[in-house]
Formats: sequence, C-alpha cells, structure tokens
Amino acid sequence: MSEPILQLDNVSFAFPDKTVIENLSYTLEKGAFLSIVGENGVGKTTLMKMVLQELKPSNGRVRFLPNRNSVEIGYVPQFRNIDPEYPLSIRDFIGLNFAGFRTPWLTKKERQRVGELLTETKLTGVSDRPLGQASGGEKQKAYLAQALLDNPNLLILDESTASLDPVAKTELLDLVKSLNQRLGLTVIFVTHDIPLARHYSDQYLFLTPGTYEAGPISALSDEKVAKMNNA
Amino acid sequence: MLSYPFMQNAYMAGTLIAIISGIMGVFVIARNMSFLTHTLSEIGFAGAAFGIFMGWQPLNGMLLFTTISSIGVGELGAKSSRRENAISAVSALAIGLGILFLSLADTNASYATGILFGSVIGISRANVIQMMALSAGVLLTLVVIYRFLKFDSFDPIGARVEGLWTRTLSVIFLILLAFSVSVAAQIVGSLLIFILLTLPAAAAKYFVHTVGKMAGLAVIFALVGVWTGLYLSYVTNWPVSFFIAAIEAGIYFIALAVDWAKN
Repeated sequence: MSEPILQLDNVSFAFPDKTVIENLSYTLEKGAFLSIVGENGVGKTTLMKMVLQELKPSNGRVRFLPNRNSVEIGYVPQFRNIDPEYPLSIRDFIGLNFAGFRTPWLTKKERQRVGELLTETKLTGVSDRPLGQASGGEKQKAYLAQALLDNPNLLILDESTASLDPVAKTELLDLVKSLNQRLGLTVIFVTHDIPLARHYSDQYLFLTPGTYEAGPISALSDEKVAKMNNA
Repeated sequence: MLSYPFMQNAYMAGTLIAIISGIMGVFVIARNMSFLTHTLSEIGFAGAAFGIFMGWQPLNGMLLFTTISSIGVGELGAKSSRRENAISAVSALAIGLGILFLSLADTNASYATGILFGSVIGISRANVIQMMALSAGVLLTLVVIYRFLKFDSFDPIGARVEGLWTRTLSVIFLILLAFSVSVAAQIVGSLLIFILLTLPAAAAKYFVHTVGKMAGLAVIFALVGVWTGLYLSYVTNWPVSFFIAAIEAGIYFIALAVDWAKN
C-alpha cells in the first residue's frame, strides 16, 4: 500500500454566512492523481486554500505526512494578473520563483534549472516571448513550469484548464500525467470537467453542498455525477 | 558648461536621480503605482514647504513627509475600490498644506516654483552628498530584497502562494519610493517627478523582457532625458523640467509607436 502524503481529518470550513465544507475526511496517497470535482461554490478553492494553509479549517485538521517539511507544494492558481502588455519573457517569469536573499542575477545552476523546465514543458521555442503575448496554453505551461521550479512532490492545479481550448487542455494534462507517472509526482486537479477528470486521474473527490464522495475514478459513473449534482 | 560648480552639482545629482528612478520605475510600473507616486510627489511638495517653514533644507522636510505618509497612503490605497478617491483626497490635502506652509514661511514665489518645477541652480554640493547617501541606501536595499521584490511585483499571486512576506515587502518598497521621490524631486520638481519614475520604465518594457534589462534600459532613457535636459536648459535658459518631460514623453511615445508597428 502507498504511503499517505496528505490527510484531511474531519475538516469543516464555515464563512460567516455559509458552511461550505462539513466533516471532510480524505487521505491522499503519494503518486496519486486526484481530481476534485463539484459545482461552483461547493468549496473546492476553499479546500485548496486550507491545503495551502492560507485558510484555517473551522474544525478538523489538514495534515501533511510524514511531516509538513517533507511536502513541497507546487500550486498553479486559476487566475493570474497577466494582461497582453505583461512584459516579462516566459523564461524570466519562470525564474521569478527563485526568490531568496541571493544575487540579483540567477546563478548558472538556476538558469540550467529554468532551461530544463522549458524543455520539460515544451516552451523552449517561445522562451523569450513576452508572457503577455503567449497563448492560453503556453501561459498555463509557464505557470506549471514556475510551480515545478523548486521540485515539488505535491502539485495542485486549480481549474488550470478552465479557459483552454481542447488541444491546449490535452497538451497540459498529458504533460502533468507524464510527470505523475515518471516522477511519482502527486497531483490534485481541481476541475468542473468530468470527462477530463476521468481521462487523467485515478481518484476522485466529489464535493456537493454539505457532503462529498470519494473513490477510484472508475466508480465515477454518469449516474453518480447526476445524482451528486441533484443532491 | 561643466566648469561651473552649479552645473557639476546638477549633473552629479541628475545622474543619481536617473539611476534611482530608472530602477525603481520598473517596480512602480509593475506594481501599478504611477498614481500613488504622483501623490507622494505632492506630499513631497507639502514636506518641502514645511521644511522651509521650519528653516530646514527642503529635502529633509520632503523625506519626513513622504516617508511617514508612504505607509499610510499605501494602506489607504490597498483596496482598489477606494484607491482613486483615497489617493485624490490625500493629494488635495498635501497641496493645500504645501500652500499653507509656503504662505506661513513668507517666502517669495520663486521658492515655490523651485519646489514644484525643479531647478538646476538650487543644488549645492552638500545636497549632492546627501542625495548620494540616500541613493546608496536605496540601491543597497534593492539589491538585498531584489529577488523577493521582483517576484512580488511581477507575479503577486505566485508570490503569495509561495508564502513570500508580501506585506513587509510592500512597506519596504513604499519607503524606498518615498526616498526616491524626495531625491528625484530635486531636479524635476515635485509636480513632475512621476516623469522620471514612470515614463522611462514604461517605455523600456516595450523593448526588453527581463527585469534586469528593463531596469538597465530605463536608466539609460532617464539618463538621456536628464543629461540632455540639463544641457538644453543651460543653453536656452528654459526650465530643465520642461526638457526632461518632453524628452521622456517623446521616448515613451516612440516606444508605443514601435510596439504598434511590431504588432
């Protein structure tokens, strides 16, 4: 049996006017590809904020295993402030994540790491293009590359495919699946897209108001989706 | 021209101003703080007038007012929904206070124009030394926090997600901005300070696409404006701030035209 990397113990979260997550317990195993699905407003992003420790659960706890320091999270958020005039090149944007009290310029080793990620995400050919002028798919790959910069072992994609065309969605998720399979990277994919979740993930966590259901992705039938959405 | 001590001082001060403004401008643009910079310059005017009223160097009054208010103005402007109104209110108050202090100080009108629109002849060697010390402080701090500031300015969401100390960074940046505004106001005056703190960097982003190169090119654009402006002002006896404003605006419009032609 695989080792757990993240454990949610009876986690609840309540806003002043609304409870979005109630008594959620779930164990995420190392190397899993989990899709978190559900309608808007059921608490998917709230749950991710608790995992990222930006929000504290109202009840219960979020635990990283064997301990917090052993888990490095790479997060690809849903929105980014990148307008068409955004000036940084894709290469420079990826390197932003090398923050620290170090020289203003990147070291040779750091530049090499950026180069590896450009190759990994197939962005080498457009690496000097301003990110503001990149396509939606290229932008998402650049966000992914930046999140991968410090070698995370848990990658969270928060609705990263929502604004992409079908080809770009497939390209991005093929890439993530390959990282999941080759490097054993644990992936949490937050999405509305059930067919995409079925195609790429091996586990699902279906959130509905006040309840949830989890299991292997093969158990996520159309009937179950319809039933959960009407619950 | 350079045999005159006042021109030597002006060129030394102008060079420092161009370096600081070019580099800081890249972050001002990335953090969408052009309007806030303009407000800080008006607060600087009030501070300089207060300095004169108190019998201090105007630069010391400016530093006092801009540094104290930079944090408060930053907090007021933190919520975008009220940013414009809050900053406008502070601007209006600052200009009003500036006029009051000048009136109480019983100075002549040329003093006020010097503060508002800058002056070539008003810079002493002691001013230059003080500006050198301030500029060195700003540059050194920038070097230390550079990577953090770069991440937070060009990808605030990513920086927050990575757990960067974004709030502290924002306060440090505002203090650096207050210092830069006070330094740069010595030549272009407080009303036109945002010319140097925004236009060179805003133009540079159309030509180069890394933070380091943008800072370098913005410094070059600022130097071209300041050096040429000082020369033309010396030759024509027209105000230096007019020439600097015209040159920097010209560079910016050329950059826009080049970008338009490319795309």
